[in-house]
Amino acid sequence: MGVILEVKDLVVRFYTQEGTVYAVNGVSYDLEEGETLGIVGESGSGKSVSSLAVMGLIPSPPGKVESGTVNFEGRDLLQLKPDQMRLIRGKEIAMIFQDPMTSLNPVLTIGTQITESLKLHEGMNTSQSRKRAADLLDMVGIPDAYRRLDDYPHQFSGGMRQRVMIAMGLSCNPKLLIADEPTTALDVTIQAQIIELVKQLKDEFNMAMIWITHDLGVVAGIADRLLVMYGGRIMESGSSHEVFGDSRHPYTVGLLGSLPRLDSSGEEKLIQIEGSPPDMRNEPTGCPFAARCDVREQFELQRCWDERPPLEIVPDAIGDGTHVMSCWADIREGVAQNV
Amino acid sequence: MSSEAMTMTMDKEKRDDDYILEVNNLKKYFPISAGIVFQRQVGAVRAVDGISFNVVRGETLGLVGESGCGKSTTGRTILQLYRPTEGSVKFEGQELSTMTGNELRQMRRKMQIIFQDPFASLNPRMTVGSIVSEPLQIHKIYNNKKERQQYVEELMEKVGLNPYFINRYPHEFSGGQRQRIGIARALALEPSFIVADEPISALDVSIQAQVVNLMEELQDELGLTYLFIAHDLSMVRHICDRVAVMYLGKIVELGPVDEVYENPQHPYTQALLSAVPVPDPQVEENRQRIIISGDLPNPANPPTGCNFNTRCPVVFDLCHQEPDPPLIEVRPDHYVSCHRVT
Repeated sequence: MGVILEVKDLVVRFYTQEGTVYAVNGVSYDLEEGETLGIVGESGSGKSVSSLAVMGLIPSPPGKVESGTVNFEGRDLLQLKPDQMRLIRGKEIAMIFQDPMTSLNPVLTIGTQITESLKLHEGMNTSQSRKRAADLLDMVGIPDAYRRLDDYPHQFSGGMRQRVMIAMGLSCNPKLLIADEPTTALDVTIQAQIIELVKQLKDEFNMAMIWITHDLGVVAGIADRLLVMYGGRIMESGSSHEVFGDSRHPYTVGLLGSLPRLDSSGEEKLIQIEGSPPDMRNEPTGCPFAARCDVREQFELQRCWDERPPLEIVPDAIGDGTHVMSCWADIREGVAQNV
Repeated sequence: MSSEAMTMTMDKEKRDDDYILEVNNLKKYFPISAGIVFQRQVGAVRAVDGISFNVVRGETLGLVGESGCGKSTTGRTILQLYRPTEGSVKFEGQELSTMTGNELRQMRRKMQIIFQDPFASLNPRMTVGSIVSEPLQIHKIYNNKKERQQYVEELMEKVGLNPYFINRYPHEFSGGQRQRIGIARALALEPSFIVADEPISALDVSIQAQVVNLMEELQDELGLTYLFIAHDLSMVRHICDRVAVMYLGKIVELGPVDEVYENPQHPYTQALLSAVPVPDPQVEENRQRIIISGDLPNPANPPTGCNFNTRCPVVFDLCHQEPDPPLIEVRPDHYVSCHRVT
């Protein structure tokens, strides 16, 4: 399998009145054909911004992609002109967003909205595109699809609107689908419906997928590989089994420890990460997690404040050498020293 | 009977009787009106449609369900922030639904609420000090200004806020800190019962554990009773002693939390629990999901028969004919309302 997307040293900043926001500070990852990559992080971690940059959707001004490359099938997307990018967006790379109420246009029928990209990218006429749109709606599980083309977004429930969004995203058989918190606004039973649907369609369309979320549970079931982001940087990355089963970064460990689990009675107290997320207006020096890191505190590591740790292969990785993290400490050694 | 066994029975009886809150057949309907000049009622949203449960002193009862199931309305109707359409709410043996004015205000000293959105529930023009001390002023406690400030500072310390920030405004705090301000305000009158209406839903994952741990510590320290309203079922299992599952204004299942989670009887509870993702790829790979199709029906126009019959995977004739049965005890303290179970 070949690499379909290669992001290298991506840096994105926003120049606002309150100062510069250092949103993404050097993010690199690869995505293989047919692979699902989960990007996990809390609000302000840069997970959405880094994906918007891939799509060329950073509002500018105030935003600016300062440096880096986004290589998609041999082309650097960041160098493309807006009209060249428009041919890729929606056709080769599609995106579905968190809130289907605000990302669908309320004054256009969903038929109009789905057929728009079919006409633009596939050169279909009205009747062809309506037929294809009805097929798509049928495929994502909307009953009586042909008739519902003439309905407006408000006539659909939240889960149904998200299905419409997915149908729109898939309309031109994209090679890559970016899903930005697609189930966050939905109830759990509806979330389960949407996840099943996306899993099944991903295989059918043979797409690669980036699934952005703050919910570690959701990606555990859907992602092949994971990126854990914090403060605009990648903290840890690897196969889901590695990141969940053999977490090495103090942030990942803390995050997993702070989650109660449905399948355990949970008598123990939750591990809590002290402090609050970093203010992204401060120029990053050192590790963004340093201020909240219990390992740094325990061993009084000065280096964490001063130098930014590189993303390196974790010592004694169990997998195929793709398990990397950016941390000066080896928590296993730390534990050993402690004993 | 040995004396030891006797004490145990007595203890159990004592515990069973010590209900801080008794809710009986509580209903809250919101009218739907039509007409511009001559408004008339054309229907009603049955947000809470006849629920009964008790809360034991010192426990945490979870109230779970999807959006629109009436869990928040239940919490607010108990506190009489909405007046009930029908039914009774007894707090420490006193009927609240007929209480008004000053009498009700006095009761509010003992029952407080923490809201979901720490951004919307704090007045942006008031300092932390005045937000936390407002209940004290209303109830005329600590008339001495200095004493009051000292008490507010103690409260801030108790919820993990630096008292140094007493004169700051809400916008200067992060979401987690704001929720701590909301908790301090709820604690100011030393209540015995707190309705926590999705207190952690708006917070980041790493902050949720902080707030939950704080709530648990405060419960141990002050002997609080919580009604914990949430849609995060994993967190409910962690924090609650018992759980009530709501669907379309009714309680479909109620019981001790481990019992309900390990042995769910109602098909809705089963589907709900199986839909919750577990942060462990190995577990996720082997999980069988019960996917229920469709959406929540309109609470203004609930289906005839059992409320869940439009989505139920094990529906049969009776479910369309008879309304849902009353809660039946299937195991000790474990109640369920389902035609399949009776």
